[in-house]
Parts: sequence; C-alpha cells; structure tokens
Amino acid sequence: MEEVDVEPTTTPIPGFDSNQKHLGFVWGPGDILVYETIYKASGGCPFVHEVRKDEDIYSPILRKLFNESHHIFVGLQRIREDLPSKNKKPQFVSISKNYRSVIRACMEELQQVAGIVYVYHVSSCIITLELIWNLCEVLFIDAAPAGSLVLHLLDWVRLHKADVDEKAREVLASESPAEHQAYWDVVISYVLQGRMDEARQVLVKQAALQPAARVMFKLLDNLLMKMPIFNPGETQTLTEFDVKWRHWREEVDHCLQDQSFASNRHLEDICKILVGDEDVLLEYKELLSTWYHFLVTRLLFSHPTVKPTELHYYAQSSMHMFLDTRSVPEPLDSILLAAFEFDIHQVIKDCSIALNNWWFVGHLTDLLDHCKLLQSHNLHFGSNLREFLLLEYASGLFTHHSLWQLAVDYFDHCPEFGRVYLELQIERVPLDTERKALKVIRICEQRQMTEQVRSICKIMAKKALRNNRLGSALSWSIRAKDAAFATLISERFLQDYCAKGTFSDLDLIDNLGPAMLLSDRLTFLGKYREFHRLYGEKRFSDAAKLLLSLMTAKIAPHSFWMTLLTDALPLLEQKEVIFSADQTHELMFCLEELTSGKSVPTPDRPMQVLGYTPPYPLSNVCFPFNLLIHCFIICSNLYSCLARG
Amino acid sequence: MFVARSIAADHKDLIHDVSYDFHGRRMATCSSDQSVKVWDKSDNGEWNCTASWKTHSGSVWRVTWAHPEFGQVLASCSFDRTAAVWEEIVGESNDKQRGLSHWIKRTTLVDSRTSVTDVKFAPKHMGLMLTTCSADGVMRVYEAPDVMNLSQWSLQQEISSKLSCSCISWSPSSSRAHAPMIAVGSDDSNTAYSGKVHIYEYIENTRKYAKAENLMTVTDPVHDIAFAPNLGRSFHVLAIATKDVRIFKLIPLRKESAVGSSGPTKLQVQILAQFDNHNSQVWRVSWNISSTLLASSGDDGCVRLWKANYMDNWKCTAILRGDGSPVAGSSSQAAVPSTAGGPQHVLLQASSAGRKKAQLIPG
Repeated sequence: MEEVDVEPTTTPIPGFDSNQKHLGFVWGPGDILVYETIYKASGGCPFVHEVRKDEDIYSPILRKLFNESHHIFVGLQRIREDLPSKNKKPQFVSISKNYRSVIRACMEELQQVAGIVYVYHVSSCIITLELIWNLCEVLFIDAAPAGSLVLHLLDWVRLHKADVDEKAREVLASESPAEHQAYWDVVISYVLQGRMDEARQVLVKQAALQPAARVMFKLLDNLLMKMPIFNPGETQTLTEFDVKWRHWREEVDHCLQDQSFASNRHLEDICKILVGDEDVLLEYKELLSTWYHFLVTRLLFSHPTVKPTELHYYAQSSMHMFLDTRSVPEPLDSILLAAFEFDIHQVIKDCSIALNNWWFVGHLTDLLDHCKLLQSHNLHFGSNLREFLLLEYASGLFTHHSLWQLAVDYFDHCPEFGRVYLELQIERVPLDTERKALKVIRICEQRQMTEQVRSICKIMAKKALRNNRLGSALSWSIRAKDAAFATLISERFLQDYCAKGTFSDLDLIDNLGPAMLLSDRLTFLGKYREFHRLYGEKRFSDAAKLLLSLMTAKIAPHSFWMTLLTDALPLLEQKEVIFSADQTHELMFCLEELTSGKSVPTPDRPMQVLGYTPPYPLSNVCFPFNLLIHCFIICSNLYSCLARG
Repeated sequence: MFVARSIAADHKDLIHDVSYDFHGRRMATCSSDQSVKVWDKSDNGEWNCTASWKTHSGSVWRVTWAHPEFGQVLASCSFDRTAAVWEEIVGESNDKQRGLSHWIKRTTLVDSRTSVTDVKFAPKHMGLMLTTCSADGVMRVYEAPDVMNLSQWSLQQEISSKLSCSCISWSPSSSRAHAPMIAVGSDDSNTAYSGKVHIYEYIENTRKYAKAENLMTVTDPVHDIAFAPNLGRSFHVLAIATKDVRIFKLIPLRKESAVGSSGPTKLQVQILAQFDNHNSQVWRVSWNISSTLLASSGDDGCVRLWKANYMDNWKCTAILRGDGSPVAGSSSQAAVPSTAGGPQHVLLQASSAGRKKAQLIPG
C-alpha cells in the first residue's frame, strides 16, 4: 500500500526569527505553548505563544454534530453480535443514513451562517465528507449489485448536484422559459442526471414554441419516456433488462442515423447523450463539473448493468478523460478512486491524511468494522485500525470542557486500550467545581477505576484544606479512604475546637456513621462531639460513660486527656452523682496515668461551653494546682458515692 | 495549526522552561532573570500572572509541578547550585481579590557543588519524591517522608557518573510489573565515554537505584530525555534529544519468577525511530499526554511534531517556525531581542492556517 506522501505543514510563529533563536515548548491539554529561548546562551525578551490545531471542536455548530453522532455511535455498539451479518445490513444502512443526515443538518446550519471565512471553509469540507460517506454507503455498506448499482450512484450524484433544481426553478419562473439563457443547460443537466421526466416537462415548453418541429419533439419525448430503468423490485432479471435496454438504444441510434434531429443541435446532442457518446458528454464538462458525475452518466448510458468489480476500470478512465492531463489529482479524487476500487483501507488512510479531523474516519471505520468489512491488521500495540482512529478522535474530545463526557463512551468501546487511555485522560479533567469532580468520580466508579477515584478525592481534599474548608476536606478524605489525611483534618478540627470552643461542620461530624472508623482520630472526633451532644441534651450519665470510655478505650489521644478530664469536672460538680464509684476510680486512674512522667499541655478551652463557670479561671492556674483541683473534685465525688453506699 | 494566543511573559531575560500543571490550568515559567512566574488560566482562556518572585541567585533552568495530590507545589533548579521546593499558601482576602497568591520556599537542596541542570518529581505512586542532576554528573534522589511537611526532605541516594548530566526522566508506569526507573542524559562532549544515556532501576532488596542500562549507541551529547506515558504496555518508550531525535524501545527481559534477585532488570534496547530533520542539535523532546505525539525543538529554531500512524511508521506531521515578523500590535518597545530587553506586550492573534488540501495526520 503506497502512502500518500505529503510534506508537513509549517505554522509560522510571529515575533521571532528562527535563525537567531530556539523555540522552546511544552505540551498542554489541547495546545502547545512555545516560547523563544536559546538553550545555551542568555539574553532576550520573551513571548509565550499558545499554538493549537485548527480547531473544530470549539465550533458550536459542530458540537451538535459531535453530540448526535455520539448518540448514533453508542446505538451502533449495542447491536447484538449474534445476528448474522446479512440480517443486519438494513440496520447498518439505516445507521449510515442517520450519520449522513446528521452531517447534512450540520452543513445546512453552517450554510446559514453567512460571511465568515472559517465557517465557509468548514462547511465546504463537510459537503465533501457527506459525498465520501454516501459513496462508501452505496458501495460498501449497501453493496448494491449490478443493476441497482447505477441507480444508487445516480442518486448519489443527484444529491450532490442540487444546483440543477435551482436553475430549473429560475428558468421556469421566468417569463419565457424556453428563451431563457439557461434553458438548454437545465434540460441537458436533467438528461445527464437521468431525470427524464423532469427533462420532458421542461422540453414541452420549447416544443410549444416551435409547432413546426412538433414531430421531432414528440419523437424525442417518446424516446425519453421509453428509456428502460432497472427496477430491482420487479421480477425482471438483469438479463431481461439488458435486452430491453439494448433494444431501446438501437432505436435511439436509428434516430441519430436517420438525422431525425439534425435540424436542432440541442436535440441531437441529447440523442447522442442517450447513446452514450463520450465526445458529446465531454462537451458538457461544465454541466457535469466533476469526473465522477461524468462517470455515472457514462455508466447510465453505456453500461447500466455494470458490476461492482468493473467499476474501477470505468472510474479510472473517466477520470483520465475528464481531467486535464496537466492537473494534479486532488486528495478527494484519490479517495473516490480508492472507493471505486473497493480498497477500503486506502480510503480510510487517504481520508485520515486529507481531512482535518478524526471524527469522520473514526465513525466511518467503526461502522465498516461492524459490517465486517475491515480485515484486522495486527498493529504495533496489538490494536486495530478502528480502535486506533476512535482513540485519536476521543482523545481530541477530551480536551474540551464539556465534550469530554462523550469521549468516555468511545473509550468504553475500545477493548484494547480504551480503559488505559481513559484512566490517563480522565485524571486530567480540571476539577473546577465540586459538581464536576463528582461527575468525574461517578464515571470512574462506574468503571471500577478505584485509583482515579482515590486520587481525585485526595486532590479535592487537599484543595479544601488549603482553603480552610475543613468539613469539605474531611468528607473528601473519607471518600478517598485516606486515613492519614482524615487524621490530620480531625486534628485540625480538634485544634479549632480548643481554640474557639465550638465545632464547625456539625452536620458532617454528627452523621459520620461507619466512616468514623477510617482513622482513630476521626473516631475520637466523632465520639467527642457525641459527648458534647449528650451533655447538651442533659443526658449526663450517658455523657459521662462515653467520656470515660474515650480514655479507657484509648480512643482519645493522650494530648487530649487533660481536656477530657476538665470536661469531667462539671459532671463531677453536679448535685446528683453521675459518676459511679467505679467510674470515679477509673477517672482517678486516668489522671494518674496522665501525670506519671508525661508532659501534658494545659487545655485552654473556655469552659463556659459546658455551662460551667469555675470560681477561678482554671486556664490561668498553673498545672499542678489544676491537677489538685481535679483530684479534690474527683475525691469528693467518690466520697459522695461511697457515702450513698 | 495556528497561534491562538500570545502571552507577554514579562521576564527580563530568556525563558528556559515552561511547565503546565497537571490539569493544564496553571503554568510556571522560569528565566535567566532568576525568577519564576506562575500563571493562571481564566475561564475565558486568558492567562494572568498570579505570582512572580525571585527564586535563585542564578539562571533558573527548569521548573516543574508536583502532582496536585500533594497540593500546589513547584520545584526549581538553578545555576546557583541549588534546587528549591515551593508551596503556594492561600493569601489574605485582599490578595485573593487582586488575583495574587504567595509562594513560599519550603526547602533548599544545597548538596550539589555545581549548576543543577534538571529537577523532576517522581510519579505520584512513589510518594513525594524528586530527583536532581548536576553539571558535575551527580544525580540525587530526595524524598519527603511526611507529605504534609514539605520542609523535611531526606537525600535517599547520590549517584555519581563521570559525565556531566543535563536531563532526567522518570518512567511514568505505575504498573506493578515495572520497578521505578529513571533515565539520565549527559551533555558531556567527552568522547572517551560513550553511552550518554543511563537508565537506573529501583531494587527492592537494597532499596536503592542501580544502573540497569547504558545506551551505548547514543554517543553525542544529550540535551533532553523523556519517557512516554506507559499505556499499559510491557515495554518502555524513551525519546532522546541529541544531535537528532531518537526514540528507543526498552523491553524488560527478566521474568517475574526471578524472585529476590538483587540486580536490575535486563533491558533489550531497540531503536524505533531516528529523525535528523532539524539538521542540527535537538534541545528538547516531550510527549503529549496520550503519548501519541512527540514534539522536539532544535537548533534550527523549529519545533517539530512526530506521530506514528497505525502501521507504526513515524513521520513529522507539523512544524512550528519563527517567521521573523514582529508580533502584531507591539508598540515602540523593541520586539527585536539583543540584550536583556524590556517586557513585551500582550496581544491576541488568531490567524487560521486552515486548509482543505493535503492536511496532515492531525493531532
């Protein structure tokens, strides 16, 4: 397979001279930044230029194309594999038509947007896409056999030569249509397109003007009417049609030999066209305008029963006959030629090179692959052509701030590398808002991409912590199952509490549930808050029990024990005895453990929180005295317990 | 391709490195003017400089971002023989309103006795780790054992070679099938020692990096080196900027069953492609995110993009070249650089270079 060898395009970067400077660069998410530099020396005034590919994905009209074709793509993937291919053919043709209608809709919208050079360029490109896709549908997907083939090709040409109808409308709307400058152009164009009925209707106008030549016109009209057209639905076989057609052709030829139309050059030309006179056809190059129109017309009038396998011969000769020997074949020409040669791989390759987007080749190849028309090549990574192209297309979508979500489905349907590409790229989606982050996470969770989920949650937690949003940071680190970070944030909560005397984000902490178990510190935070709640609800004995367990079960860090013991004070001071004798004993034990050779920071939380106003400012009291107070209170409590028996 | 936007970088001297952050919303530039600037991309695509500060007492050669899991962290390295780690702190509210932020230095790595030529963070699965390399041929691996404390970094290992080092690349593979790997390139012109690219692999048993391979076919000075994203492949792909652009394939040969071996994996080295289109020294190579495109920059003042088609044939698909024209709309302050000139000006340029015919494999 030869490669179309094309030189790489050069993009100029303004503002500096390549002869004097080097060009530094860095890859970005959809662009590349370049800047002047000199890798060895120093000195200079730098710019940084943002360079992008000619961007289709940012056009809002094309966005609809991407969205709707995504819908069709996903539907196509879901067609069940177990049905035999031949039953699926109508389905595939229908899908192909869907794609084409999406292209046409896009084209129409673009044509309505006037006056912008870029849009024009894209729009004419889109017309080409539809032309190629349509031909691929006729030849590969619908795979029309001899007989129907010419009819399908006629439809194809007619669809892309719509200016005839416009011209016809203009002519017929004029005062004297038969005298209109474009009159004969219209008639001949209709004949060239095999639209005999329309041609006859227009001819009638001329016939009316020349009553003397009535017989001649009637004769031609008759010939046009009788032209056999293959009808695949009828029981007529191809051979029968062929016989009929040759018969008719002989009749036309007779008329020519008889000079029946000699007096009117136009009518004679039409007659010559009907017998497939190539020289006359070529005289009407302007009306045909393309070599493939010439090809189809040639086939209609010379080989209407052409077989698909014979197509390429006529295609090549048509192209040679029609084009100047000097003119260089355009990429479109080689693509169409490759299609007529049924060389699908060449079509795809040439399209990849010539068209500035992966959308087209990606979707077309995918459809052809479903039709089982692509042999699988063993590629470098072991993937295949379809996957290669879809990966390219989807990767391009990923850089767009909203289209990236479409890309996910494409990656899902690339069995070899889709997952790893998705993993790589989805991590890079900027997490601008919590909502967006959650969206990305949901996509990852659906695909068991646990590492990506963890990473994203960690990034969000870190961001929240940086902005001092502790509650958000905590919930993200819980989601990330990051025990170390959760511990850190819990510490911060506790520190904040010590400093301010209140908890922030109470809702979150109150409803931790089993997540509390992620880290010891987090558990403590949750339980400590629960203690405060119980106290607030005046459920003192429950509060007391919890408080004690926080120390005895070693949930509370030692650094916090002083605070907890201080918290115990108001409970001890209550009129009713809250702590039992055993509990008081344990409290003392904790106090002892705390003071035995360990340095403990003094708590400086205001105790007003618990509604307890000490007769002296406890926080100002130095440590040992503080302890004595504790001991005293605990002992007195113990005493009252014992006194009660 | 077209120039979508031109940003006046406002450095007073040459820019040596530009680095995008992980999400592509921020960038850092560093310059011979000894400073680093951080830029943020707004919603409408405009770049705003949100921080600019003096980082070193010599030219800053490279600047790089840590993974956002570790916060907003940068590392820079300089001619002044140090590398530094910086962290952004959320500023006062009035700073935020003015769109400014502050970066503070968390640590300075002063072990090197010569210019530090490159600094790179390790892949995130390795924790908070970075590597520097110096002009005297020493590569150092540092780790911050507590990721919450960026001021504590410990030197894990120092590896000396006889050749001056210019560039480092970490293998990005997080697969358990691959041990962590570092490639170091040397720009030493000493021809007595061939093999200007060394590959080091982490050995579990010794908890140290050991030399796994020396690319003997690379005999000319190497200016840049880059592993491609791994994509779940069993082998590694490494691009090298030397007198041409070269792409190597490194295939690990040892089987998993060789448990407890204390040596690095044997690597089979194959060359995938070699391009001399720059026709001169190549200074930088870098892969895009999906490793489908390689970009290189050369002495010819051009950036070239390279792509493999589905048959794995590599081709140059685009060229970016300075056209010598002044940046449109620049004012009287000279656009022609000769000495450390004044700041340039911001302008927007979007000339479409689109064409229908013979376009190349885009992307």
